[in-house]
Amino acid sequence: MENPYAIEMLNITKVFPGIVANDDITLQLKKGEIHALLGENGAGKSTLMSVLFGLYQPEKGVIKKDGKEVKVNNPNDANELGIGMVHQHFKLVECFSVLDNIILGVEPCKHGFLQKNAARKKVLELSEKYGLQVNPDAIIEDITVGMQQRTEILKMLYRDNEILIFDEPTAVLTPQEIEELMKIMKNLVAEGKSILFISHKLNEIMSVADRCTVLRKGKYVGTVEIKDTTKEELSRMMVGRDVDFVVQKEEKTPGEVIFDVENLSVGSKTSKKDAVKNVSFRVRAGEIVCIAGIDGNGQTELVYGLTGLEPVKSGKIALCGKDITKASIRKRNTSGMSHIPEDRHKHGLVLDYTLEDNIVLQRYFEPEFTGKTGFLKRGNIRAYAERLIEQYDVRSGQGPVTLARSMSGGNQQKAIIAREIDKDPQLLVAVQPTRGLDVGAIEYIHRQLVAQRDAGRGVLLVSLELEEVLSVPDRILVMYEGEIVGELDPKTTTAEELGLYMSGAKREEK
Amino acid sequence: MKKEKRSFLQNNVVQSLLASLICIVLGLFIGFIVLLFINPSGAVDAILTIIKNFMVFPNGNIALKYLGNTLVKTAPLLMCALSVLFSYKVGLFNIGAAGQYVIGAGVAVYAALAWQLPWWLCALLAMAAGAALGAVSGLLKSYFNVNEVISGIMLNWISLYSMNMLLVKVKEDTSPYTKQIAIHGKAALLPSLGLDKLFYNNKYVTIAVPLAVLIAVLVWVVLEKTKFGYELKATGMNKNAAKYSGMAEKRNIIVTLMIGGALAALGATMFYLSGYEQWATSQSSVPGMGFNGIAAAFLGGLNPIGTIFASFFIQHITEGGAYVDKTMYSSQISDLISSLIIYLCGFVLFMKHVMSKHAAKKGGKE
Repeated sequence: MENPYAIEMLNITKVFPGIVANDDITLQLKKGEIHALLGENGAGKSTLMSVLFGLYQPEKGVIKKDGKEVKVNNPNDANELGIGMVHQHFKLVECFSVLDNIILGVEPCKHGFLQKNAARKKVLELSEKYGLQVNPDAIIEDITVGMQQRTEILKMLYRDNEILIFDEPTAVLTPQEIEELMKIMKNLVAEGKSILFISHKLNEIMSVADRCTVLRKGKYVGTVEIKDTTKEELSRMMVGRDVDFVVQKEEKTPGEVIFDVENLSVGSKTSKKDAVKNVSFRVRAGEIVCIAGIDGNGQTELVYGLTGLEPVKSGKIALCGKDITKASIRKRNTSGMSHIPEDRHKHGLVLDYTLEDNIVLQRYFEPEFTGKTGFLKRGNIRAYAERLIEQYDVRSGQGPVTLARSMSGGNQQKAIIAREIDKDPQLLVAVQPTRGLDVGAIEYIHRQLVAQRDAGRGVLLVSLELEEVLSVPDRILVMYEGEIVGELDPKTTTAEELGLYMSGAKREEK
Repeated sequence: MKKEKRSFLQNNVVQSLLASLICIVLGLFIGFIVLLFINPSGAVDAILTIIKNFMVFPNGNIALKYLGNTLVKTAPLLMCALSVLFSYKVGLFNIGAAGQYVIGAGVAVYAALAWQLPWWLCALLAMAAGAALGAVSGLLKSYFNVNEVISGIMLNWISLYSMNMLLVKVKEDTSPYTKQIAIHGKAALLPSLGLDKLFYNNKYVTIAVPLAVLIAVLVWVVLEKTKFGYELKATGMNKNAAKYSGMAEKRNIIVTLMIGGALAALGATMFYLSGYEQWATSQSSVPGMGFNGIAAAFLGGLNPIGTIFASFFIQHITEGGAYVDKTMYSSQISDLISSLIIYLCGFVLFMKHVMSKHAAKKGGKE
């Protein structure tokens, strides 16, 4: 009888000093199926994949390909076994063309000269066969994230990989691109490929996967058939308890205006047109206002303008009645604004600093942490960090002295949120605060946002996630091409209506 | 919190030390091979001479005197290394330390000979000049995004030729060398406070030596213990996060290069105002002190305290090279060997990287 499994990882155990990252984990990928691997941050998904790629050697367990035991000592071995991976952060040469990126490392050569025509033919055939629309001559930095991802997929197909691993592939995509990716994945398995789909987005797993293996805290929880399960059951398996998908919040009448933005325009780095055009809105005490929209419609620039990371072109910003249009970032930070940045690695953290040094990043200059002579008060910093770590449940290997770089994404984000909320701001600007996080962490962050609202603070949430937009805020402002094209009430609106505004098909007349 | 068992190799201090030692041994070994090729019969003697340096003198007092000479040259090297290190911690590669050293030397010597100023005033003027030069690179970097390496290298040459021009005014009539400070600018001679006695009346040993060590400790304290250091390092590691948290990241870059410039210039003052050497106004290459500072900074594991020892070692080897038997080897051999070793010193970070990778493979990541 033929072995039904393309690749099997049996009873894998991998121990790191102080932690069992994988504890007796079994993962069996059938030929021609989409198999989801589900787990929270730190559940051991990445370690398991690193074992599969030979980056780590497991203490126990075997890997089998087509029923035969194989040794994977390094990524080259994995490649020879036909295993390929699309990483969450693409590994592409930005200034090369799509074709050049695809053949990179396996360039067809004759007497030392590149044979690009043959490669181009193969790439076009593959892209035809699997419905992967790409322009082989386009330069990577000019094309959309969706097309970059298709390039990554073609890279695997060009190498005749049979087992395709997608690591959080939808984190960077727009809703339309996600749908397209789902179609591509189904095409791929229809053509006989096997897919391992790493994700913590339950909706996507429910819609595309055949089976799902769940990990929790390094342990194997189980493997289920998607058609026999529900979203609630999956989340229970992943988190270990029931999860609230509905954000609990009580009715509240907003108070006085905390944040007042009038006719704000912000220039664009990439084009001559303004990225933010004549935007006006207000945030009151005790309400969550959400800026919704498809990525790239001026939200980032709007936030940069509001928080001082970029100068504004025209307009007025007032915080608690004070004009801060031209105020420095430090001035804004100390007069009641907190900012959870969109990119926690770029802006939010100094990755090579310890957790405690990151926790005081917005307060280190205060008398509590810096003495009159300019020396840091290390004892106070430690005590403060320990209090926040405890209070906000920030988990890390070595507590306050853990390097931020070595922490999981969810805990990095928790540290930022702890830092920003503990400043006791009047206005909390939270930009995609749940991006790339798992269900448990998302629930936690949403609760924190609502708690701020209930404490009478103003919250400005910028989000790309439809679910979040519809469940968390009290008001929704939709941005399209740099303008606010509509204000919606999350209690009465629908995803369809929101979609029409977001795509520019509908707009309110002023 | 529980204490975790960690691989011996993963300890940062152990790694730095080991990496530096491996580089030193490798450098000596390659130097030895070169000596073998040139003249096998004298190679063992020659390499031992280089390692021994002042210890080649059987007479203890003479050896002590020559140890003094090594120390006199260690002080400026240490200052240049600190200049490089300080900038490096803020994410800047201050190759301009060489030029800042030159301008420091020029200003200090000129002030001493032309204006008869006291040593401390000469030093302050030199530091101001070095800081100004650093500020040029810093301004270009922060406002026009000009790479500090490019502007640094350009400024190195600009400094060299402008200082040559300036110092022609105070040179001896019959030679290209500047007048002796010990005779024509006595007020500018660095005080020795009796240190010369410790080294068998080596009059060049001055307060510069302990001062340089003190400044190394000071640099460590500033970087590790103060708010200023916290800001600078944050800027170096993540400019965007520094900006996000309201630090003046542009100002930090400029201030850093100014401090780097002042440190290198002070190093030049420490050397030229000891009277050990006169400036040759005919020289057409930038003195190597600033560049060797890069090697010393890396060999010292980018730690101010480690840099003290690294600077001494590099100077020790360079001096030792001077005693190699010139009947067997051409006189350039000393420079060749010491530059080989210094070159290898640049591999410390690479060695460290190899070690942590090795440790990670064995022990797993934290």
